[in-house]
Amino acid sequence: MNKTITGAMILICLLAALTGCAKGEPENSLTVFNYGLYIDESVLSQFEDETGIRIKYEEAPTPEELYTKYKSGAIKYDVLCTSEYMLQRLINEGELKEIDFSDMQNVSDIGEEYWEFTRSFDPENKYVMPYFWGTVGLLYDKTKVHGDISSWDVIFNGEYAGDFIMPNSMRDAYATALKYLGYSLNTTDEGELREAQELLLSQKKDVSAYLVDEARDEVIAGNAAMAVVYSGEAYYAYEENHDFAYCLPEEGTNLWIDCWGVTRHCENVENAKKFLDFLCREDIAWANYEEVKYASPVKSVMARMSEEGLASDAINPSPEKLAKCEVFIQLPEETTDLLSSLWKELKAQ
Amino acid sequence: MNKRSLLAGPYILWITGFTVIPLCIIIKYAFTSRDGGFTAENILAMFTPVHLKAMTFSTLAAVICTLICILLSYPLVMAIRRLGLRGGSFSVFILILPMWVNFILRLLAWQMILSNNGILSMILERLRLPAWDISNSKTAIIIGLVYDYLPYMVLSLHNSIDEIEDDLIEAARDLGANGLRIFFRIILPLSVPGLLSGIVMVFVPSMTSFVTANVLGGGKQQLIGNVIEEEFMVTMNWNLGSGLSVILMVFVLISMTFTARNDDPGSESKVW
Amino acid sequence: MVDRFKNFICRSYIAVIMFFLYAPILVLIVSSFNASRSRVIWGGFTLRWYVDVFSSRSIMEALYTTLAIAFLSSLIATLIGVTGAIGISAMRLRNYKIVMAFTNIPMLNADIVTGISLMLWFVKFMPLGFSSILLSHVTFNIPYIILSVMPKLQTLNVSIYEAAMDLGANRVYAFFRIVLPELTEGIIAGFIMAFTISMDDFVVTYFTKGAGVNTLSTMIYGELRKGIRPELYALSTLIFAAALIVLIIVNIFTERKPEKSSGRL
Repeated sequence: MNKTITGAMILICLLAALTGCAKGEPENSLTVFNYGLYIDESVLSQFEDETGIRIKYEEAPTPEELYTKYKSGAIKYDVLCTSEYMLQRLINEGELKEIDFSDMQNVSDIGEEYWEFTRSFDPENKYVMPYFWGTVGLLYDKTKVHGDISSWDVIFNGEYAGDFIMPNSMRDAYATALKYLGYSLNTTDEGELREAQELLLSQKKDVSAYLVDEARDEVIAGNAAMAVVYSGEAYYAYEENHDFAYCLPEEGTNLWIDCWGVTRHCENVENAKKFLDFLCREDIAWANYEEVKYASPVKSVMARMSEEGLASDAINPSPEKLAKCEVFIQLPEETTDLLSSLWKELKAQ
Repeated sequence: MNKRSLLAGPYILWITGFTVIPLCIIIKYAFTSRDGGFTAENILAMFTPVHLKAMTFSTLAAVICTLICILLSYPLVMAIRRLGLRGGSFSVFILILPMWVNFILRLLAWQMILSNNGILSMILERLRLPAWDISNSKTAIIIGLVYDYLPYMVLSLHNSIDEIEDDLIEAARDLGANGLRIFFRIILPLSVPGLLSGIVMVFVPSMTSFVTANVLGGGKQQLIGNVIEEEFMVTMNWNLGSGLSVILMVFVLISMTFTARNDDPGSESKVW
Repeated sequence: MVDRFKNFICRSYIAVIMFFLYAPILVLIVSSFNASRSRVIWGGFTLRWYVDVFSSRSIMEALYTTLAIAFLSSLIATLIGVTGAIGISAMRLRNYKIVMAFTNIPMLNADIVTGISLMLWFVKFMPLGFSSILLSHVTFNIPYIILSVMPKLQTLNVSIYEAAMDLGANRVYAFFRIVLPELTEGIIAGFIMAFTISMDDFVVTYFTKGAGVNTLSTMIYGELRKGIRPELYALSTLIFAAALIVLIIVNIFTERKPEKSSGRL
């Protein structure tokens, strides 16, 4: 009988060892972390073919989820792409490595104004590389709305009850309400936040759904007349069908920039730099633009942009409209906690 | 100690390593505050309005889902029996087949059916019936849950009803019992073991699922599973998430002890 | 007449439930032939997705991972579970009850709790990846094996085993010739159950998977937000068809068997 036991044990150990070895870690790899729908996935395999570096690609839908997944430490990401206020937080926490951009050939194609933009949270331009930028606004189906859409009013006055989609992303959702009320979207005033909460709570019964990446497809599919989306989503929909339009509400909205950074876990910084530089190469930057339809900081992409694109608020908003927009900054911890608990209350309602 | 019971060694090692230790870890997290001190706050957090609301909705959804599954399954199993489709694995076969299509895809198909501009509303429109707006609602979630777990209920009821001897029913009929009486006096009592295991297999997952509510609820409806998932994946409060998980686990275990069959190994078969 | 009416009612009821169970699958199958990527617009008939699916590296990798995990985890779980069940059944009643209570934990526990607790544990000593998914699948598969083998063990006719021993067979020989054949049915049922559950699992995998490793479930969940690639509809139609064929074959097999073996009881 003892023989049977040892036999069984050996077999189990063997099997465990076998399955462990069968999937050995490839030496030369790069773990990339990005938002969903935010890259042309074929460029990843192109990068692998050109450099022999294997890419492990992971996604998260919102900045908060991206941050949590990164911080949990379950996966050691090498490079990640997220929004300005999250990058600010990561820089402050010492999570990002300094990068020397000077020897990266294609990176020089990024317009100076975008480096200027990122200096607000990365004063010496040594941590992050701009990737795409845009705004938050209303995507709507012209055949389903009446009158002009020019204000956040349409999603708060009940006119389109059950027919619009709100963002399932905490800061974006509160940004719409705060802007509608005429407050800063970076407010730390509890009274203002609670007022926004009241507004969102009373709005909830009219909301068709809270979505992030799916919102665009729901509007295209005709399941909702309008949705709060990022600008690129709106331009994508517009290119699918010219019945769709994008509005930057007159009360102002959020202006954002998403950038790549190299994390402190990254062991092979050269590989990471190769990847970032690759993303700025003319053909690759264009392929990514074609896939996601956000405004690119890469000059060669904007040079190839169609007239239509340059005329659109989604790609190229006018300076007057941009002047009303506000960039998120990382909120102090007690405000973040308050916001999280309000958001939870809203979702559970 | 019987020598043969040593054979359980690898298994006991395994459950210690991968069931008991992880449970201890989650309990440890549950009783720790974010700065590392001991606290019962994460456990008590279940009784705040936000969490109670999600918990009540989850319990309600699970109870409704279980009841609907029971009500749909009995007639189905009886019909299969009546038509003599039993014995062979035909009925089982037809029930588990859909389970081979990934359940998230099946939920997605439901979303396509139920959405505002979906297949159901198209059909209703063709038939000139009034629109039934259930996309992203509680009803949609319950339809999804029933769809997910109905096969488990049917299978476990089928297993126990299939074993009932025809002679028993014949005898009852000869003694003058009508169909209803046969059902309530013979079939129902004899199917209790299957019913109980069916309840466990339907109630537990429907109470705790978060995918169904994510896909069919449009982010508007939150089950307790969604709240826990958000604590872990979005707000990054693992301690609170663990606290809620522990309460959920205790709640499920308590409600299941009422239904769990007392599993006693008959004494004469104890040699093996 | 009344009987025929009742039969008609029964048939209609079964048909309604079957429609409920198969309607979403029908939708998926139809979608797999839709030339348009849109979920609502019919863009004409195409077989393109059935060709494309085989050239998509990410889908093929996810399929491979799913099948490898399902097969290996069921196999390991079967080995541990069967020996475990034999061991447990030889225990004293009190120990038996304790171990069986622990066996029930992964089944009674919410998937989300199982997944999270395993993740919290794994991050302490190993990188997440293929092996962490495998370990967690084995963990939730073992109870299914034990619970389907245990009843067979309990009804096992001990006297045959003892007779074999009396006739000079050693324990190992007696085990393989007498006990194992009796358990086969339970083992196969448990294995199939474990395989199916592992294939369909999402929640536990979602929490324990590592970078760049996807099973079909986690891949589909990720794509849900972005719009599912129609290739995945094609793949699931193929899996469905394969399962249908396998089950028909198995069905023909098992339909015959009871006639042969029914005398044994």
